[in-house]
Amino acid sequence: MSASSTFRLDGIAVEFSDGDTIMDAALRAGVYIPHLCHNPEFTPHGSCRVCLVEVNGRQVSACTQPAAAGLEVDNSSEAIVEERRNLLQMLFVEGNHVCPGCEKSGACQLQAVAYYTGMLSPHYTHFFPRRSVDASHQDTAIDFNRCILCELCVRASRDIDHKNVFSISGRGIGSHLVINSHSGKLGDSAFAATDKAAHVCPVGAILPKHCGYEQPIGERLYDRLPISIVGDVGTHESGDRGDEHDG
Amino acid sequence: MAHDDIIKAVIASAGTAGAERKRLLQYLCEIQQRLSFIPGDAITQLATLLRMPESEIRGVIGFYSFLHEHARGDYDILLSDSITDHLLGSRILLQQLCNRLGVEPGVPRADGRVTVDTTSCTGICDQGPAMLVNGRVVSRLSDSRIDHICTLIEAGTGVAQWPAGFFLVADNIRRRDLLLSDETANASPDGSALRALLETGGDAMLDAIENSGLRGRGGAGFRTAMKWRFCKQADSDTRYVVCNADEGEPGTFKDRVLLNSYADSVFEGMTLCAGVIGARRGYLYLRGEYRYLLEPLERVLQQRRENGLLGQNILGKDGFDFDIEVHLGAGAYICGEESSLIESLEGKRGIPRNRPPFPVTCGYLNQPTVVNNVETFMAAARIAALGASWFCRAGTMESTGTKLLSISGDCERPGIYEYPFGVSIKQVLEDCGAANTQAVQIAGAAGTTLPVADAERCLAFEDVSTGGSFMVFNTDRRLLDMVQNFAHFFVHESCGFCTPCRVGGSLLKDLLDKLANGHATQYDVAEMKQIGALMKQASLCGLGTTAPNPVLDLLERFPQLVEDRLAHSGYEPAFDLDAALQDARDITGRDDAGAHIRSET
Repeated sequence: MSASSTFRLDGIAVEFSDGDTIMDAALRAGVYIPHLCHNPEFTPHGSCRVCLVEVNGRQVSACTQPAAAGLEVDNSSEAIVEERRNLLQMLFVEGNHVCPGCEKSGACQLQAVAYYTGMLSPHYTHFFPRRSVDASHQDTAIDFNRCILCELCVRASRDIDHKNVFSISGRGIGSHLVINSHSGKLGDSAFAATDKAAHVCPVGAILPKHCGYEQPIGERLYDRLPISIVGDVGTHESGDRGDEHDG
Repeated sequence: MAHDDIIKAVIASAGTAGAERKRLLQYLCEIQQRLSFIPGDAITQLATLLRMPESEIRGVIGFYSFLHEHARGDYDILLSDSITDHLLGSRILLQQLCNRLGVEPGVPRADGRVTVDTTSCTGICDQGPAMLVNGRVVSRLSDSRIDHICTLIEAGTGVAQWPAGFFLVADNIRRRDLLLSDETANASPDGSALRALLETGGDAMLDAIENSGLRGRGGAGFRTAMKWRFCKQADSDTRYVVCNADEGEPGTFKDRVLLNSYADSVFEGMTLCAGVIGARRGYLYLRGEYRYLLEPLERVLQQRRENGLLGQNILGKDGFDFDIEVHLGAGAYICGEESSLIESLEGKRGIPRNRPPFPVTCGYLNQPTVVNNVETFMAAARIAALGASWFCRAGTMESTGTKLLSISGDCERPGIYEYPFGVSIKQVLEDCGAANTQAVQIAGAAGTTLPVADAERCLAFEDVSTGGSFMVFNTDRRLLDMVQNFAHFFVHESCGFCTPCRVGGSLLKDLLDKLANGHATQYDVAEMKQIGALMKQASLCGLGTTAPNPVLDLLERFPQLVEDRLAHSGYEPAFDLDAALQDARDITGRDDAGAHIRSET
């Protein structure tokens, strides 16, 4: 690869190929850029904004910004880290994220990225929205309190499962996940626990039933190593897919 | 007609061979218009016809303010909630309307007769307060007009039978310059821009537009010739021309006037663009609030087809084929953002796209697309007919030509004013008869708040840039009311896609309400600055990056107004004990003194 197809990420040269985003190149080079709505298996989304980086003085989402030769990308200045922390705090107060009682705690990407950026409290005033839990499906439950609108389940169900089980409705702060069934309940939809969409949720919004709190503290995904080393929930979930359903 | 028949009729009336997904929003608008809601069986039927999930259709309905899944009744009334309507007393009229009709805002009356609600700025700011009834504009609301309306509703009189005077919307053109002068109109009759194009050829025409220095009139000021050139050079056989007539910026109404009285020139500009870039299809995206202009616009289009200015072989030129269709919006400010507008044209939720790619290479149906403002197309048509030097006579080096201003608020003569770029704010204030001015809000809610001390500044891309909204506030007004109105507006209009705008906008609104209620401290002021800065830096589109402007301007330029409202204690909780008891009061039906906790202030 020629020297012209590199950019600098925190001063270190990173190679990229045609069509790569900054995130693609960084992932390949093993450089961690915090993110939530991004999953390399799907079309980049750019909604959570947690992967903000500064490129030549402008802030852009690394998951959607095409890599270009000679870019100077800042991924770790205190200003960038603080903005990410603030965005995460916004996500925490928008929903009802009660980590101590959440089954996903310790294996939750939102929580892990929050630790990684040094977030110590939600800081902003909690919205305490009233959201429901949908336990109508025999194998999978949805707790809308924890949904962060990353649309990974929407994309997985549409692009891989070809079932279109999920959509977004509403607008603004009223935006919310909806389910494609006449009753609006997951149990009446085409969803199956073996769907890709069941294994991409970065938080505890889509969870398998009949198997609560199986992993003890200390053995959960992010208990020992940070997310920058462990990687996304999605990569581990897809690896476990077969095992999970044997059990 | 049964629902089934109405839905079939709606799809048939689109005049296409079959149902098309990209027309979903148009179908929904029409069903909403005919039934006052979109019933579940219509959703099921559309889902089958369009082979798409029902939830996705519900998602589209849920996105647009004018679409509903529950019946609104025989009369669906929406009072314009712009700050300029407030200045004219709209909130008292809303209360009066609700009391007389016995309804709560937003809740349909039990007998299915009427729903009364508010909506974002309807673009009738120079003759407000205004409202929409079943999609039609009623201007100049007053006590007596509201009483009359209530009588008509209780009598069941159809809106078509209401007094015609209710629906009059005047142009109110107060100052004419280059574009609007009679001299210009006489010198550039219909078709003259297209004749000039056929004489000079597309490349020379593009050069002329470039030499004129024309920049986008929506406010961003991108060079029009550059946009057209990028689109022309993009690799594709199919190109589109889109006119952005989603004039949603609070306080702007110049496009309403242009579409009412200069539609021919606007369509001519679109056709000119099509001839230059090689497009065969164009769309005018008309905001739902201007639905009353739909039929007149379609008549103008038909007339142009008959005159050989639209359709096949325009002006007899072989292969110069272009036609225009008007598409309706349905109450979503975000659709004024060009990539959201394109999504909406494709029948989807109006969520902005990630860029690159830009619409000039990948726009409508992923084809190269020029999206320009109504005024830009009109100016382009005039330039084509009269030449670049004619246009450069007015304006400044950086901002050639003129700008239409929509002036409203505290002044004697609100309306449309056409000025050469570079005019001072002071001059504009004098001309519109503004007295005791405290501040002007330029470029709408997303724009900038200037104290009158800054009135020497000029309107131009290089100084104070504007899409045309110019709202005047006199010294009797509480500027905080305006900022609060804007903060609530942005929460209502955020599309909800990206975190900083969706959540940050709501946090900002709550803090501003806390300030208005006298409970905010210096700490909250610092919070507002921090959230505002984050929204500006991190939001995906222009809505999010401009939404904090009014709050940040207030904090920076009117510190005394803020200081006067601050609670001078170290800390004030965001949690309101009394408000938290509201649910308990609702459940028990109590509202006596014992059911309240009064905080010490």
